[in-house]
Amino acid sequence: MIEVQHLTKRYGRVTAVDDLNFRVERGEILGFLGPNGAGKTTTMRILTGYMPATEGKAVVAGFDVFEQPLEAKRRTGYLPETPPLYPEMTVREYLQFVARIKIKGISSSERRGRVEDSMRRTRVDDMASRHCGKLSKGYRQRVGLAQAILHNPEVLILDEPTAGLDPKQIIETRQLIKELAGTHTIILSTHILPEVAQTCDRVVIINKGRVVAIDTPSNLTARLQGSETMYVQVDAAGQDAGALLSTLPGVVSVVPADLQGTIGGFDISSEKGRDIRRELARAIIAQNWGLLELRPSRMSLEEIFLSLTTEEQVSEKEMPHE
Amino acid sequence: MSNVLAIAEKELKSYFASPIAYIVIGLFALVFGYFFWVSLAYFIQASLQMGMPGQGQINIHTMAIRPLFQNVSVVALFWLPLITMRTYSEEKRSGTIELLLTSPLTDTQIVLGKFLGALALYALMLAVTWIHIAILFVYGNPEWKPIATGYLGLLLMGASFMSIGLLISSLTKNQIVAGMSTFAVLLLLWTLGWMTDSAGPMMQKVLSALSITDRFDDFSKGVISVSHLVYYLSFITFGLFLTAKSVDSERWRG
Repeated sequence: MIEVQHLTKRYGRVTAVDDLNFRVERGEILGFLGPNGAGKTTTMRILTGYMPATEGKAVVAGFDVFEQPLEAKRRTGYLPETPPLYPEMTVREYLQFVARIKIKGISSSERRGRVEDSMRRTRVDDMASRHCGKLSKGYRQRVGLAQAILHNPEVLILDEPTAGLDPKQIIETRQLIKELAGTHTIILSTHILPEVAQTCDRVVIINKGRVVAIDTPSNLTARLQGSETMYVQVDAAGQDAGALLSTLPGVVSVVPADLQGTIGGFDISSEKGRDIRRELARAIIAQNWGLLELRPSRMSLEEIFLSLTTEEQVSEKEMPHE
Repeated sequence: MSNVLAIAEKELKSYFASPIAYIVIGLFALVFGYFFWVSLAYFIQASLQMGMPGQGQINIHTMAIRPLFQNVSVVALFWLPLITMRTYSEEKRSGTIELLLTSPLTDTQIVLGKFLGALALYALMLAVTWIHIAILFVYGNPEWKPIATGYLGLLLMGASFMSIGLLISSLTKNQIVAGMSTFAVLLLLWTLGWMTDSAGPMMQKVLSALSITDRFDDFSKGVISVSHLVYYLSFITFGLFLTAKSVDSERWRG
């Protein structure tokens, strides 16, 4: 549905997007993850036809955004970082204007129906007669979303759709995005990591204009897990639990994580693919210690993200300057 | 075409949503009324003196209406930058330009829509002054044709001013900068006409090509010349063309 090949954007001497390649299949939600200034917004602006790329190709809904921009734009809904609202218009007036410039060949009553429908779906219908300039941040964001889905586009490009919303609104917006997937192909950018894990089918991690990783959230987590790690909390009554645990078969390393009085926590890595939970529990019980906690500890997306984006920086430093 | 109209309508509505439209139209009517009163007072005084036996013919058009149009053309020069200054600047500042540029619209449709919206406001501004002209028809018997050409001239000249205004507005995010720069450029173009007499033959041609205001004289006299019509229409087209190009080049620069 969306195909990006060798996309590059330079502003003078600054390269904002550097040889980007990825595909998004129909009905998929792709998360765009990266630190601020990584090139997320620039990529989205190129895909929506707001600005041309310096090099490369982008195809949206079967149309090249540079060769056939109008066809591509007709099939794309876009929510920019700041919702593009006219403060002096009411929500309904605004959406009617957007409908006029985006939807062709339908009767005005049908157009009104679409406006009412998109207001209901984004839950802004209670503010329909309020001026856009007087809306709260959450409502602005949702009116922006209403504007993006108004013409029922095949592709939705959402630049930080949940920014500035309160927790309830965030959950509602995520739900709405999930509802939209399937019939729509969605790219959304965010720097909120759990959001990606909850909403997206696949994640593109981008840093300094380059793709660092593309995969499903669960694969990304697994891929970065070299070995299985476990967290154990033991009340060893003053004895050295760490020493004992490291002698168990299959244990690679034991790192003390925290200690409170006689209660100690340890991060234990084991050989890959080997489940040592039973042996661990048995050994601790045999010593008559208290086993307070035993759980597999997984690398969170935050850690993956940080490790990926910092690895990139390291490898860049290592590269000799020409 | 429906896209152009949608944008034009949006533009016109947004003028009326803020105090801009009311202030621009209201104060223009006030200033027009003042000039109207001054011209008429002068005409009445002159006609009283000339009405003596043995004096020549007097004509309300040459003595009152033409000078009135001349004055109003200068007022338009002060007024129109206020109408065009926000067209692009405001959209760029607030980010709504992102909506227009990612909608299935061409740059030309956007420019034409904005131009027609501004032109409609200007036309309304002129239409309000017909009240004064109507008074002349009630109490006198002026010729309607030179008045009509005068208004046509005002509209064309104003439209040319506005095409410059749009171009300048497309270059900045700041309305005030757009307004002041437009005003300065228009003032310069106006005063260029004054230098035509003292300039050399070559320079004279250049200056007269740039002089938007000089061409208005003939319209106020009641003359519609094809060359003037073509001049104004090409000036407007060129201005709008440059505006569309300026928006396009902005995309490349990012």
